Amino acid sequence: MRPVIREDFKEILRLVRPGSRVLDVGCGEGELLEILAQEKQVDGRGVEISPEGVAAGLSRGLAVVQGDADRDLDHFAAKAFDYAVLSQTLQAVRNPRHVLSELLRIADRAIVSFPNFGHWRVRWSLVSRGRMPETRALPEPWWSTPNIHLCTLADFLTLCEDLDLRIDACAALTEGRPARAIDPTRPLENWRSEAALFLLSRRGEGAGSTEPQAPRNDLFGG
Amino acid sequence: MTAATATMKEAFCGDGGTWRFPASQPLQLDSGGQLAPLEVAYRTYGKLNTDKSNAVLVCHALTGDQHCAGEHPVSGKPGWWNRLIGPGLPLDPARHFIICSNVIGGCMGSTGPASINPETGQAYGLSFPVITIADMVRAQAMLVEALGVETLFAVVGGSMGGMQVLQWAADYPEKIFSAVIIASAARHSAQNIAFHEVGRQAVMADPDWRGGSYALHGVRPEKGLAVARMAAHITYLSEPALQRKFGRELQRDGLSWGFDADFQVESYLRHQGASFVDRFDANSYLYITRAMDYFDLAQGHGGILAEAFKRARNVRFCVLSFTTDWLYPTAENRHIVRALNAAGARASFVEIESDKGHDAFLLDEPVMNAALSGFMASADQARGIS
Repeated sequence: MRPVIREDFKEILRLVRPGSRVLDVGCGEGELLEILAQEKQVDGRGVEISPEGVAAGLSRGLAVVQGDADRDLDHFAAKAFDYAVLSQTLQAVRNPRHVLSELLRIADRAIVSFPNFGHWRVRWSLVSRGRMPETRALPEPWWSTPNIHLCTLADFLTLCEDLDLRIDACAALTEGRPARAIDPTRPLENWRSEAALFLLSRRGEGAGSTEPQAPRNDLFGG
Repeated sequence: MTAATATMKEAFCGDGGTWRFPASQPLQLDSGGQLAPLEVAYRTYGKLNTDKSNAVLVCHALTGDQHCAGEHPVSGKPGWWNRLIGPGLPLDPARHFIICSNVIGGCMGSTGPASINPETGQAYGLSFPVITIADMVRAQAMLVEALGVETLFAVVGGSMGGMQVLQWAADYPEKIFSAVIIASAARHSAQNIAFHEVGRQAVMADPDWRGGSYALHGVRPEKGLAVARMAAHITYLSEPALQRKFGRELQRDGLSWGFDADFQVESYLRHQGASFVDRFDANSYLYITRAMDYFDLAQGHGGILAEAFKRARNVRFCVLSFTTDWLYPTAENRHIVRALNAAGARASFVEIESDKGHDAFLLDEPVMNAALSGFMASADQARGIS
């Protein structure tokens, strides 16, 4: 069910340091890992639930393990990766809180993107029509959507606070437009961001010592 | 080719033969003993390239042999892995130098219980030492070295062949570039051991087994071995595959009201048993099944499988399982993958949808071929093989 909004790939490509180790959870057919290997020489690994996706990843020369974000992250060693990527998948896992904390056990940093349920179109659909939203970021009807844990930017910030995660950067994603660095704590952004991408790390860990503490706007193009 | 000497350093690129290691080069065994002189029957396909980077070792399963591709030189039967090895296939003699050897303890030319014990001048029978998967691998390593190959581009195997691949990764990680494990396990389960024990008891219950020394008496425990094969064969197939193939179909119109093979499935199993005894040695069956039962790769590493792969971090692994394989089910294969991930190895894994049970690894499975093609092609590229 990866996505609708592919602007996140460009942002991930921009964020990831060359030569780093990257785990892409829900890697689909391995498109992102392939780009990262070509452009950033990363040592990439993928986790993907569908056998067809894994086979496609293998034919791209990637190392992909068939598995599921909810159940198959626990065996990866702590800090085995520099980055764990969860692109447009968090809202589809059974236990987002557990998955998010696993990402930051396995990797120094997590890059997480998801559709924002606080976007005005979503709110408008509920308020005006009284119907579950069907938008560009959420294209499927309620009865067939894989998205079982939708959240707003504000909800996600609360979860990060709860897990003691630091937001190193955040960008709003809109289909067909360059990503835009945002301060996710501003209520306006929760209204106008269709989807968002976060760079996260654990608070009080050495990994962040060389990085600025505040969100880094310069990491994003917009 | 029959008289290759162990001192020959140049690779032999013909089509195989039997490598005879002199008594001065015994095979050290896990049981503490030695096996000498050692003979390893093997076959090769393709040519070793000039930088010796394209050698692939194919490891066979319980009742397989070294004739994994092409035609069997005697029977003319197609190789057991012709669907994976050949022109345009994942393992291609045009690119790879493929080596396949008969496991020790086997009966297709490598030293086994039917070989002559030099101390007695008679067949070993039960005086043959109990061997392990690691012993098989040690003999393969001796052969590979004798053939002038220092590192293997890939070690590939299904079922018991996959166990050998895992053992290679644990014992010789610096000698292998990639490893393919199909429908296998890192240890034999209680159920695996139980089925093997049924087979062994069937062999040993045959009066013609004669305590293992049937060769001396000019007889063969064919009935017992056939029953062992029949029982084992059921474990290689899935219930839906059996149902689809045979259902309750009868051999003839009506029941016999007796114990003839009324049902087609009975007739099929009897045929499987009868044809197996023509090509396999009963004592080899005992020894090889024992080696599989003894296999538990984690055991030598403090019970932690990931520890076995600690030195294999740079090896590229591909693990494949099949949905209806209940002999070495997905859970066992996933157990391997989890350990590889925990060790930080470069692992890929796919569970392939198939209704053909364990035997799927020998059959036409397009997803298996596609996955292996992709994996091997990218390994070829990384290794600079064209």
